[in-house]
Amino acid sequence: MPTDNADRLLSAYRWMQLTRTLDEAIHTLWLTGKGVGGTFNQRGHEAISVGAAMCLQPDDVVAPMHRDLGAYLVRGITPRRIMAQQLGRATGVSGGRDANIHGCGDLDFGVIGFISHLPQSLPVAVGAAMAFQHRDEPRVALTFTGDGGAITGLFSESLNLAALEGAPVVIVVEENQYAYSTPIAAHSANTDIAARARAAGVEAVDIDGNDIEAVLTNVAAAVGSAREGEGPTVVVAHTMRMLGHAIHDGAEYVPAELLTDWERRDPVDAIRTILEEAGHPAHQLDEIDSSTRAEADDAVEFALASPWPDPSTVENGVWA
Amino acid sequence: MTDGSSLDDPRSERTYLEAISDALVFEMSRDENVVLMGEDIAAPFGGAFKVTKSAGEKFGSDRVRNTPMSESAFIGAANGMALMGMRPVVEVQFADFVTTGFDSIVQFAATTHYRWGAKVPWVIRAPADGGLRSGPFHSQNPEAWFVHSPGLKVVAPSTPTDAYGLLLSSIRDDNPVIFMESKPLYRSLRGPVPTGDHPISLGLADVARPGRDCTVITYGAMRHQATTAAEQLAGEGIEIEVIDLRTLKPLDLTTVLESVARTSRALVVHAANRLAGVGAEVAAVIADECFGHLDAPVRRLGGLDVPVPFSPPLEDAYRPDSDKIAQACRDLCAW
Repeated sequence: MPTDNADRLLSAYRWMQLTRTLDEAIHTLWLTGKGVGGTFNQRGHEAISVGAAMCLQPDDVVAPMHRDLGAYLVRGITPRRIMAQQLGRATGVSGGRDANIHGCGDLDFGVIGFISHLPQSLPVAVGAAMAFQHRDEPRVALTFTGDGGAITGLFSESLNLAALEGAPVVIVVEENQYAYSTPIAAHSANTDIAARARAAGVEAVDIDGNDIEAVLTNVAAAVGSAREGEGPTVVVAHTMRMLGHAIHDGAEYVPAELLTDWERRDPVDAIRTILEEAGHPAHQLDEIDSSTRAEADDAVEFALASPWPDPSTVENGVWA
Repeated sequence: MTDGSSLDDPRSERTYLEAISDALVFEMSRDENVVLMGEDIAAPFGGAFKVTKSAGEKFGSDRVRNTPMSESAFIGAANGMALMGMRPVVEVQFADFVTTGFDSIVQFAATTHYRWGAKVPWVIRAPADGGLRSGPFHSQNPEAWFVHSPGLKVVAPSTPTDAYGLLLSSIRDDNPVIFMESKPLYRSLRGPVPTGDHPISLGLADVARPGRDCTVITYGAMRHQATTAAEQLAGEGIEIEVIDLRTLKPLDLTTVLESVARTSRALVVHAANRLAGVGAEVAAVIADECFGHLDAPVRRLGGLDVPVPFSPPLEDAYRPDSDKIAQACRDLCAW
């Protein structure tokens, strides 16, 4: 493979492995009783969140959701800040104001924090894109939602607005088969999300969300097209949420064979196979694995040693 | 006026509506980040009430932007524009319709700065209030919902001068501001409006009329009902002090408490539903902070706990007016 592409894939592997390792470290904290409140699972979404974020330029903005740990990391929010955020510490992204990966925004890194009411980030990203367009800036906004978010009125309203305005926005729909416990066929009469996007006047493409190369290629094309003034694109990335909705959820409602089937398509295993087949020696990839484990361990140590927020500051920050 | 500004070169006899239009045009001239968004607002139509007509004619459809009938999406888009440094001023066609964009306001915009420190500097202009025989869905005063949501400022001007100065300050504020406009005042009320840069600070009440016997605390169109009642009562030897809150969040409790400590009687009046309205908070604070000064219970007048009815006798029964205010003051002064 060409060197640029090889470097890009190696970089994607590092981010995906960091996402996986950090997610597992978070799980371990919760399973050993050190967690605070609830937390979400990332497993299965690593190629989408990492790949999509890698398609952006530093001046672009991204409005991720709770399955997009990889996007926060790629943008430069450190594992330490994220882990401290998970544990409600003063050193976390929101200083203990918001929970787990909610409100994990930092405009210094072009990241807009999300709220639980999916897909509220969608019109926000459309508005950010409208601001870029209004000021004639060559910037793009990218946001994520799921198949559950894609059935809301706000999804239709936002796509219509984006199409009307020709806004430079890319909407990645992580079609992960389940909205909490409800399978897509039970919540969407028309499960073809791309068709619904096209019906609203927005270009749309379906991709394999576990295939990092498909994510990188298609999101890069969508971002490029937005930057060229050709308007919004919806990228429907098909995947499987491999664990429950959140840490409390055993997801017993998911048929075992579905998980077995998707386990064979694990996105982190898949990118490793691509790299090995391209001639990257296993020891090189193993070194990446060890370094991400060290980063995750360091983040946990940092977060556990971090101070709690001072209760006397509880009223600070309501007003700008 | 506050801020030490004066009414130099006032355009006398501007309506309340024209004052709002003037403020939009002034602020758009001053700051290119200010854009207007809403349904049917662009020129030449200029909006359901024509408030944005002059701005649309002057600045064109790039800065006075029509939106589809999708409040949730365009208020959400205003959130994104504001995060990127713009200052959108959104018109919801009627305050009653703001519910369709509620998540974008109270969940996203209101909480963002507290949660992760980013500013969301927009204004939502909400043509509110009744008395115009417009029925349950074109007459509401939903300000209490927003006062109850941490992170939003809520402004409710009652005069052309205040509408102009408070709108300038609202647009410049770095927080999301709900700007409640009183529709019955749009064309019925005229007054002096400055032409230049005369912002009025948010969070300062105005003593609309000084008095010694009883304090009426109110805002919006009810200010004028209260001053009418005060004139009537003056003929009976009762001197009413009328305080116009002007900003409902943050509340200027200092002015309220100072007045009630002096008059020893308080009546809180608003056109919005009385039950759990803004007046309930004001009354509770007075009871808490002024207990030792009070010669009578703190009373409230507000809309009844029913949807705003359409037919004139029903709406009049629903809504406070100068006669009801005068009677409540007589009762308090006779306590």
